[in-house]
Amino acid sequence: MTFALPDLNPVLPEIFVLGMTCAILLIDALFKDRDLTYPLTLFTLVFAAAITVFTSVPQVQFTFGGQFVDDAMADVLKLMGYFATLAVVVYSRPYLVERGLYKVEFFALALFALLGMMVMISANHFLTLYIGLELLSLSLYALVALQRDSAQATEAAMKYFVLGALASGFLLYGMSLLYGITGTLELSVMAQLLQAGGQDQMVLAFGLVFLVAGLGFKLGVAPFHMWVPDIYQGAPSAVTLFIGSAPKLAAFAFTMRLLVDGLHPAVEYWQGMLAVMAVLSLAIGNLAAIMQTNIKRMLAYSTISHMGFLLLGIMSGTFAGYTAGMFYVIAYVLMSLGSFGLVVYLSRNGLEAENIDDFRGLNSRNPWLAALMAILMFSMAGLPPFVGFYAKLAILQSLVGAGFVWLAVVAVMFSLIGAFYYLRVVKVLYFDAPKPDAPVYPAIPDVQALLSINGLAVLMLGIMPQPLITLCTYAMQMTLQ
Amino acid sequence: MIGLNHYLILGSMLFAISVVGIFLNRKNIIIILMAIELMLLAVNMNFIAFARYMDDMAGQVFVFFILTVAAAESAIGLAILVVLFRNLRSINVDGLNRLKG
Repeated sequence: MTFALPDLNPVLPEIFVLGMTCAILLIDALFKDRDLTYPLTLFTLVFAAAITVFTSVPQVQFTFGGQFVDDAMADVLKLMGYFATLAVVVYSRPYLVERGLYKVEFFALALFALLGMMVMISANHFLTLYIGLELLSLSLYALVALQRDSAQATEAAMKYFVLGALASGFLLYGMSLLYGITGTLELSVMAQLLQAGGQDQMVLAFGLVFLVAGLGFKLGVAPFHMWVPDIYQGAPSAVTLFIGSAPKLAAFAFTMRLLVDGLHPAVEYWQGMLAVMAVLSLAIGNLAAIMQTNIKRMLAYSTISHMGFLLLGIMSGTFAGYTAGMFYVIAYVLMSLGSFGLVVYLSRNGLEAENIDDFRGLNSRNPWLAALMAILMFSMAGLPPFVGFYAKLAILQSLVGAGFVWLAVVAVMFSLIGAFYYLRVVKVLYFDAPKPDAPVYPAIPDVQALLSINGLAVLMLGIMPQPLITLCTYAMQMTLQ
Repeated sequence: MIGLNHYLILGSMLFAISVVGIFLNRKNIIIILMAIELMLLAVNMNFIAFARYMDDMAGQVFVFFILTVAAAESAIGLAILVVLFRNLRSINVDGLNRLKG
């Protein structure tokens, strides 16, 4: 009996990231006194991006017996994932150094989480989806608990762990039922079998309820959102920055693979469920955010509402909707990187810039940082000419195009309510007097440069959104052909 | 004669017990960890039953992966529990009340 070697070309970036992460762990153990972890992590991310670009082909490639798929959507999302992880690593370095968390564990866990995301993004099989998801989740649980002497952080880690495990259980139960009625675990085969019909529709709907519930937990959409504010607030800000950015790309890919690649024939079942979850998230996220005084908690509720918006794009079930969803998730990751990045950047000298009050009068102290924060808040609120406006517009267009006018109306109304709390932050930045003991922040050059690029990208992509729209449309075309 | 239905009913009962165990338990975090394990085993029961019924290996292989991941998961869960106990000096569910709002 012989084994054919699978085509390793599509999985080269994953293999590289895995190898480098293990190497970083070993190198840190060998050369304890030299600071090699940080440059090696940056090297890994940049080089993985290069590999992804150079091994990219327009066609959809399957490997490992159909378990793994490499397509244009996967490449674009992975590239964005590298950038997000790179930004997280750069932004959080001063924060970690100051709090004694600057250890190889942070970098290794972040890279393992990235690997989990990459596997999820490229999964074409329940098994790869599940393994990627668990690799991501387990790394994140450990990251949240990284600050071992903080009661808040460990409590957040415990809550995250229990609810995350519950979500995995729901997801797996749904997978087992779908396996039972179709007899396959491979998503593209499952789509063909469901297209042909003949399955027990009741079991299909029942399994889908469990799958979508598990998915809702992982995305953090209402009514499965309870964990999001607690974890965002309790985790160290650098970890919140990570949890709030890159995994959203994987969550989008996960939903696309599962519901669109695998279960598109059952679209009438999941469409309704997603619509309910999206409307609930928009309502709960935007209304609860108004009451918050802690900016991490406020941004957590804003995440819930943004994820609701993302679901609206996917639930429309059309090509335009998927493209808009992809544009939205990339824009959201940029905005969330910037805003949490600023929270991390301003948390210095033993002070956590966690409360909205800590941002009072930032304009009179650090005008450029205040301008960046204002750009990000305007963009999150969906005002033109920032990228958040085009992201919301594309979703609304796809909803109207698919005939869900009432959903578009609901989404616009809740966005208007949401604009209130974003604009309140801008008011605090510019029109409130700073607290008497509020510090003026000296610049940390590398971090401030990347933050500025990040903030200006949100502005530039808003003024010229066409390249990113074209890229998303191309990726979706190549993926769903 | 014990058929597929019986296994599926057993699986769903175990699953229901574990979900109830997580949500209604107001005492001890270790009981929650036990309920999580039970939940994964309930899923395994389903997979094995279907795999045997359809004579398909894929489901059985999936079970091995779930078992492995469950082991890693409980390792991390217990590690977090130890850290939590050091900070709070208790493992009561009611003690988890610092984050609210």
